Amino acid sequence: MSLTDDNNQRRPRRAPLSEKAWPLAKTSMLTLGSISVTLLGLLFITFIIGRVMPIDPVLAIVGERASQSTYDAVYQQLGLDKPLLVQFLYYLWDVLHLDFGTSLLNARPVSEDIARVFPATLELATLGIIFGVVLGVPLGVLAAVRKGSWIDQVARVLALVGYSMPIFWLGLMGLLVFYGILGWVGGPGRVGIFYVDVVPSVTGLILVDALLDGNWAVFKDAFSHIILPASLLGYFSLAYISRMTRSFMLEQLSAEYITTARVKGMSEWDVIWKHAFKNIRVQLITVIALSYANLLEGSVLTEIIFSWPGIGSYITTALLSADMNAVLGGTVVVGLIFILLNIFSDLLYKVFDPRAK
Amino acid sequence: MNAFNRLLTSAAIGLAVGVTSFSAFAETPANMLVIANRIDDVTTVDPAESFEFAGSDISRNVYGRLVNLDPLNLEAGYQPDLAESWEVSEDGKTITFTMREGVKFHSGNPVTAEDAAFSLQRAVILNKTPAFILTQFGFTPENATETIRADGNKLMITTDKKYATSFVLNCLTATIGGIVDKATVMANEVDGDMGNTWLKTNSAGSGPYILDSWKPNESVTLTSFPDYYGGAPAMERVIVRHVIESASQRLLLERGDIDVARNLNPEDIAGVMEADGVKVEDELKGRLMYLALNQKHPVLSKPEVRQAFKYLIDYEGMRDSFLKGQYTIHQNFLPKTYLGASDENPFSYDIEKAKELLAAAGVENLEVEIGVREAQERIEIGQSFQNAAAQAGIKVNITVGTAKQILARYRARELDVYLGAWGPDYPDPQTNAGTFAYNPDNSDEANATGLLAWRTGWDAGGLTEKVEAAVTENDREKRVQMYLDIQKEFREISPFVMMFQQIEQSALRDNVENWSTGQAVTAAAYWQVTK
Repeated sequence: MSLTDDNNQRRPRRAPLSEKAWPLAKTSMLTLGSISVTLLGLLFITFIIGRVMPIDPVLAIVGERASQSTYDAVYQQLGLDKPLLVQFLYYLWDVLHLDFGTSLLNARPVSEDIARVFPATLELATLGIIFGVVLGVPLGVLAAVRKGSWIDQVARVLALVGYSMPIFWLGLMGLLVFYGILGWVGGPGRVGIFYVDVVPSVTGLILVDALLDGNWAVFKDAFSHIILPASLLGYFSLAYISRMTRSFMLEQLSAEYITTARVKGMSEWDVIWKHAFKNIRVQLITVIALSYANLLEGSVLTEIIFSWPGIGSYITTALLSADMNAVLGGTVVVGLIFILLNIFSDLLYKVFDPRAK
Repeated sequence: MNAFNRLLTSAAIGLAVGVTSFSAFAETPANMLVIANRIDDVTTVDPAESFEFAGSDISRNVYGRLVNLDPLNLEAGYQPDLAESWEVSEDGKTITFTMREGVKFHSGNPVTAEDAAFSLQRAVILNKTPAFILTQFGFTPENATETIRADGNKLMITTDKKYATSFVLNCLTATIGGIVDKATVMANEVDGDMGNTWLKTNSAGSGPYILDSWKPNESVTLTSFPDYYGGAPAMERVIVRHVIESASQRLLLERGDIDVARNLNPEDIAGVMEADGVKVEDELKGRLMYLALNQKHPVLSKPEVRQAFKYLIDYEGMRDSFLKGQYTIHQNFLPKTYLGASDENPFSYDIEKAKELLAAAGVENLEVEIGVREAQERIEIGQSFQNAAAQAGIKVNITVGTAKQILARYRARELDVYLGAWGPDYPDPQTNAGTFAYNPDNSDEANATGLLAWRTGWDAGGLTEKVEAAVTENDREKRVQMYLDIQKEFREISPFVMMFQQIEQSALRDNVENWSTGQAVTAAAYWQVTK
């Protein structure tokens, strides 16, 4: 028996490439198929809702005093005279070519509009979720560990206020106090009037663009404008995240393995963070991903109060103006974000939970 | 935000401002005007297509016109702008304009009669929504190059019949009369669109301001045109920021981050009136609120019933409560500040009088449906009317719906009563006379959905001829009298219950002078503003 043969016997047999590739390909295809079906469903439902809702895109274009012939001409121009299914197939074909159509009202490609407004929401939502996670998770853990203590009471009140306070009220009061009276933050809008269009738009994220341009004055001004709405959104995320964290942690802390760990003399820090917290990470990922997705959807009221040109107010304005191409385009993007965040969550599960692999 | 929340927010802001004061008050630069306004109605900035309020504001400041309105003297009517003078032919059908010499477009190209002819021809050929303002004179895409032509420094326009010169010139002061730079526009033509796609988001004018940028639902930035023939404006930069929320506009104004807030609600207007360094200016706008009584309804078509409804409106009560500061009583179809506008408001809230009229008509147990679009002020007007009508024995059922639902039924002549709002299209009395008091064919087959009289099922009778006569009268005083007479008759016999005219209240920093939103006749102008 040669050395080579001997080695071959002792090493586990390496699976042929085709055996390894197949499950991966299968998973990828299943994921892609799932995304496609979900997107198709989303497109169909949104399209149908857009067609049956009682707003009139023709009227939005021609105005209420147009003659019947003008109305009819535009009606045909928009393809509204065709059967619903045919209209949907046309629309589907365009979307597959990444063409969301032209905004019926401002005549710009919807994809361009979304590329302009989405970074504003992305920037706001990302800062908001960072705020919510950085404060919400430790607060939730502390509230669970010190159950019934003053920290738990504070966390409870914070969450209650976060759940029950109307966002427009908190937003306006925040503006009044921190902008109007104290002057600590910038007012409504992404930047002050002196900094409009000062830095070139590379990413559309004004903080990032200011950094890329090395313009600290714009960065500071933009930060002073975003901090209040981001904190506000972050606060609402914090309320949810801290309550969920508390609930997950309480469940873990009452488990037998925690008692065993303590009996074995493990430090409280290790018990909490290395054992209990480690086991709630998967659940927390879902909570955080959902919170982030909600923020990325665009908080319409926050955007209105802070004159923040994001995707939430874009879709709302489009809806109120019967600009259905814009509504559909925006909805598809928001839907896609949900789907992508779900996939990202699934991937993280596999990283943190060996059973999911 | 509903009315209660609005009130609560304003009260909280007022209270907080009362017990403290704004710190580190900012101020916009002396050569910059910053305006907070709702600009989500802008769909295009092409003057041949633009037909919305905020779009008209941009156009008025970016494009010169043959004749224009002076923002500091709107009552004077049209004045020479790019056309220095004009002459009318003996048959009254051709107007020859002599162009002003030495005027330049923002591109540096000279403004010529050829540019003016191209601009008007283009508007007719493109035939976008506001094109009717020009095509009502007989211009068509087919005859545009013959009826609108340039010859050297002269521009000739020939209408299909004789019209009052004031009618034609008033129409040329509208947004669609903006003169574009032919060379620049045609350099950006795509697929024979005469530059329409490019001009939707760019400008090629000769007005006091150059359009720097328009970001939908975000901002409009204008820069002064140093070579403007009337002299460079004092405000070198104008920024219009899209701020929807009234309370946010108020905070920005009181902090000094903006100079003008254009959409404050009555509560915030009351609040800023007490603030230091802020003033409020009122201007009458063109929007009118009215009820239209369907004349196909067997009871509503009785003259006494039409009269009775005019006594069932609590004009003063509404004006002094939920419409306070936003609307004034106006019972005529021409808005105040229009040529021929009437101040006569003969109807008052008088339930007994209404009952007498209904009894004289033999009306008992009348039940009608009123269609109201889902806007707070309209719903409140509808409810007020419902209460008043109930006291006179009329049951009013309010149907609230979207524009599509309600307007479609009004256009189809299906609603008993329609609660509507109407704004004029161009600064000539014909704009409203030609829709409220003109209906040459009241048959269903005519399908004249563009005419309010037709939608209401009303054969305007002799008024139709009188309106036709008024648009051809060249003597200004006689024309004014004709519209006064038409409105007097209209008030008495028409099925329209004219109620209110809108007021726009602008809140300004007190160093802002010569502010003008254009009253009822035109859009906002910035070039005369100083600080």
